[in-house]
Amino acid sequence: MIMLSDAWLIARKDLKLELRSRVALNQVIPFAILVLVLFAFALDPDRGLLEKATPGLYWVAVLFSGLLAMQRSFSVEAADGVTDALRLSGLAPAGIYLGKTLSVAVQLLVLEVLLGVGVAVLYGTSITGWLLLIATIVVATAAISTAGTLFGVVAAGLRVRETLLPLLLLPVLAPVLIGSTRAFEAALSGTPSEGWPWVGLMSVFAAVYVVAGIFGFGPLMEES
Amino acid sequence: MTTETAGSVETSDSGPTSTGSRTTMILGIVTLIALGVLVLFGLILSPADENQGEAVRIMYVHVPSATLSYVGCFLTTIGSVVYLWRKSQWWELVAYAGAEVAALFTAFTLVTGMLWGRPTWGVFWVWDARLTSEAMLMLLLLGYLAVRRLAADYEVRAKRAAIVGLLLVPNVFIVRQSVQWWRTLHQTPTLSLSGAEIQGLMLFSLFTGFIAFTLAFIWMVIHRFRVAWLEEQVDAEGLDAAIAERRAEGVIS
Repeated sequence: MIMLSDAWLIARKDLKLELRSRVALNQVIPFAILVLVLFAFALDPDRGLLEKATPGLYWVAVLFSGLLAMQRSFSVEAADGVTDALRLSGLAPAGIYLGKTLSVAVQLLVLEVLLGVGVAVLYGTSITGWLLLIATIVVATAAISTAGTLFGVVAAGLRVRETLLPLLLLPVLAPVLIGSTRAFEAALSGTPSEGWPWVGLMSVFAAVYVVAGIFGFGPLMEES
Repeated sequence: MTTETAGSVETSDSGPTSTGSRTTMILGIVTLIALGVLVLFGLILSPADENQGEAVRIMYVHVPSATLSYVGCFLTTIGSVVYLWRKSQWWELVAYAGAEVAALFTAFTLVTGMLWGRPTWGVFWVWDARLTSEAMLMLLLLGYLAVRRLAADYEVRAKRAAIVGLLLVPNVFIVRQSVQWWRTLHQTPTLSLSGAEIQGLMLFSLFTGFIAFTLAFIWMVIHRFRVAWLEEQVDAEGLDAAIAERRAEGVIS
């Protein structure tokens, strides 16, 4: 399983990079909190709108701030000809893909936990249905990071990448946004049985993207 | 769409040499006649609907174009898969042509759908499962076209677009499924155009619409393919010429 050890290598490299550069900590996380505050400005916080809309707002905040993390995951590779070095390193393309996915997923999980605390504190949402919430977070994170990494490399190294990635990724992630929001709604309203089909749908989504990423990363890496 | 070789002149890489040919000229004329028949039946001969009134006539163009927008997506995904597998430029351009024409038909579907919705539902837009998934399809296609039209080398554009194209149909399925669940959790689908209600002249008009639009679709895909093929040839020739020029300069000095 050389692919998996390669993946582990890449994931460790990326996470170490994030840990040391502190871009995620100093910019992405404050941005995520900012989005939560902006939602409070946009919607009237006194009429319970925020609490009612928590699942949707939470996942939109995750998507927007996650997008920054994904952009970054590929901009670190674009500088100083790192892409070529990566290509020459002899690592399996599928391993690189899985490693990048893993590191994005870890960053997203941190972000999601913080945003979860954020909505509980700022929006006064009472949290119930833990099992479904955790399952949703895990599966949605897998879906976002697998698709995000694949489309991230499609947009990587281009002058238009900052504008291209959201255009490519957000429509594709629409089912994940719908699914995770509905699952959260089901969990928070105490009817978890309605949420599980969505977890299933997002698992299928993540599976499709893992397969596409493992096979698609090779051709994308070998281009000039 | 298998008769892409234009005219009688065959080049070494068996692509079209011009945008027109006798076959597609005949196809174009037949398409125009079919569209004329569609206008005749759709607007004049077929009766107004009891419930929907005159607005039902939009259906004769709306339903065929919606169906063909999905056909275009399949074409794009098939073309992308074959391109990634065999590195065949021919199929890559089929994928591109399919996506462009699919985007056109999707836009047409959305516009006609809104024009139909206004008199029937009283609003241009409802968050119906079909409307929403068609709108998402439009955005997915725009994403593909954005990648395909990047200002980059052909290889880069083609390969990246092919990855997006490969995922187009799976995405369409997942989006449709999720949107359907999303809406049906709250309300039953608003739109039901089951074939059982449509009879006689109306059914025939719809049938004519399908034929006319399918012909138009094929005509457009073939021509878009030819234009794209010739564009890539010009680009490649331009590059070769520039390289030859630089070489010549080197020899002289």
